[in-house]
Amino acid sequence: MSEITGDAATGVQFDKVLSPTSARLRRRRWLRGPNGELRVTPLLFMAVPLVLLITLTYYPVANLFWYSFTDWDGIALGKNFIGLKNYVSLFTNPQYFQVFTVSLYYFVASFVQMALALYFATILSFSTRFRNLFKGIIFFPYLLNGVAIGLMFLFFFRPGGTLDATLAGLGFGPASSHPLWLGNPSWVNISMAGASVWRYTGLNFVLFLGAIQSIPDEIYEAADLDGANSWHKFRFIIVPGIKRIISLLFILAIAGSLSVFELPYIMTGGANGSSTFVITTVQQAFVFQRVGFASGMAVILLIVVLLVTFVQRRLVPDDDVALS
Amino acid sequence: MTAVSGPITRRRLRSSGSIAVTRVLGALGKYASLIAFSLVLLLPIVVIVFASLKTAREYATTSPLAPPQNWFNFANFGTAWVGGGMLRGFANTALILSVSLVITILLGTMTAYALHRFNFRFKNVVFALFLIATLVPSVTTQVATYQIVNGLGLVDTYPGAILLFSGTDIVSVFIFIQFMQSIPKSLDEAAMLDGASRWGVYWRIILPLLQPAIATVIIIKGIAIYNEFYIPLLYLPSAEHNVISTALFKFIGPFSASQQIIAAGVIIVIIPTLVIFLALQRFIYNGITRGATK
Repeated sequence: MSEITGDAATGVQFDKVLSPTSARLRRRRWLRGPNGELRVTPLLFMAVPLVLLITLTYYPVANLFWYSFTDWDGIALGKNFIGLKNYVSLFTNPQYFQVFTVSLYYFVASFVQMALALYFATILSFSTRFRNLFKGIIFFPYLLNGVAIGLMFLFFFRPGGTLDATLAGLGFGPASSHPLWLGNPSWVNISMAGASVWRYTGLNFVLFLGAIQSIPDEIYEAADLDGANSWHKFRFIIVPGIKRIISLLFILAIAGSLSVFELPYIMTGGANGSSTFVITTVQQAFVFQRVGFASGMAVILLIVVLLVTFVQRRLVPDDDVALS
Repeated sequence: MTAVSGPITRRRLRSSGSIAVTRVLGALGKYASLIAFSLVLLLPIVVIVFASLKTAREYATTSPLAPPQNWFNFANFGTAWVGGGMLRGFANTALILSVSLVITILLGTMTAYALHRFNFRFKNVVFALFLIATLVPSVTTQVATYQIVNGLGLVDTYPGAILLFSGTDIVSVFIFIQFMQSIPKSLDEAAMLDGASRWGVYWRIILPLLQPAIATVIIIKGIAIYNEFYIPLLYLPSAEHNVISTALFKFIGPFSASQQIIAAGVIIVIIPTLVIFLALQRFIYNGITRGATK
């Protein structure tokens, strides 16, 4: 093709550059994209984050798989391949398997959280006085420092502490007749799960509130005109609208109940049968120097999370209920 | 309303009096449950406030539910502040927080810019890489990450912790992308027609327009770093590198005989959170909902 051969003023000749056989043109096409910029520009913008992502996330995950098949202690120069021994040990040794039962307490607690959060989010979505005050009170615990919360609840659960005093005041007998909330292995997980509900209900609450309030008002008004009462509105408008949030919270519940670490670690250090999956993982890796075994546990958690997410994406696809 | 017979009509035929009673009872129940739940939520905090203001003797002899005699007894706070090394804790936290936030914002906005405003061959792959990385539970991957950081000689150093805080935060990228969707691409194009480079567009146009998103990320991530306990525990073990979480955690041994001092420490740590919350409520609510619906 032959373009205008030149600009009268500058005498520039275009056709040399645009000639289809020019090597310069081929090089230019490789280096530069359709807009004329360097193709490598976006990569330059993302270079550092990508490097960090791979170094601090993907490379360690790959290593986890590798370590889990060895009996490495984190220091020795050589790693011995032992196959699936770590995994077998985790599932058969009752000392380790116990962490799965402990996570059940937190799993149940997640449902309590969701129920409470949904109830209060629904109430506070419709006209209520002091809405912001209650919203703030319910949400605030979520923002608090984990160590602060742990110490607060150590205080709360100690013999003669807040819980005992309150129960005594409500007529449930003196402190000495109450169980040891943290000392008694039958109660320790229930107490911890309770602290967890205290801490996290606020998060579920705000998410539900956001979802409920994002449903356009006209739908509620139309329902009013049709004679629906609050229960109808809840069942037919709110529930479909929050399906996505509920499925999200469900994943978080499963992954979360296995990932519990902070509160039990701070409060009991995992003693008394309150040790969770992650506490055991951390202790095995950094205290008992069994990096291979700990890596196996980490891999299990990763697989569980990926599996649950995959299932959720299949069951509740992103482009579901549209209310407006 | 037409004359429809059946349950709906029957319901409407209740006397106005009984409807009013139902409404009042309903409202009562609603407020009662709200107040009850609020009390449950506030009780642990209030009791700690009480304890922090009691003297040792008062603490040992009164019920936890009893208010302190002297509401201005700040002695415990002094002991906690000095004896617990809280000044150093706050200083370290502030340092790590500010540097991590700056890096997170720069890296996050650049990544979001590259992912949203460009079309290149591996874009979907990179996108997927970031997306999947959010699923990886960082709690347990630390078992392997520690080896890497150790290998780089960064354990128990500030750069080590800062790297971990800024290098593994992907939610902020998605928040920035969300915001960028409302910045029209025509602005970019106009600027480039005027001769601006891609970097110029990023630095002079996109970044300033992303200010609300940046503010949101600062607040959300700031709170997250302030509360972070696990990473400092693993990677900043020595006393001189204490952040506020680990400093408070180390109260447990030395002060176990003086619970009221621990209580004062807890209150000191909570106060900044309370102040930020009261001042920036709206931002916080917005940020949480955006981050979750990524």
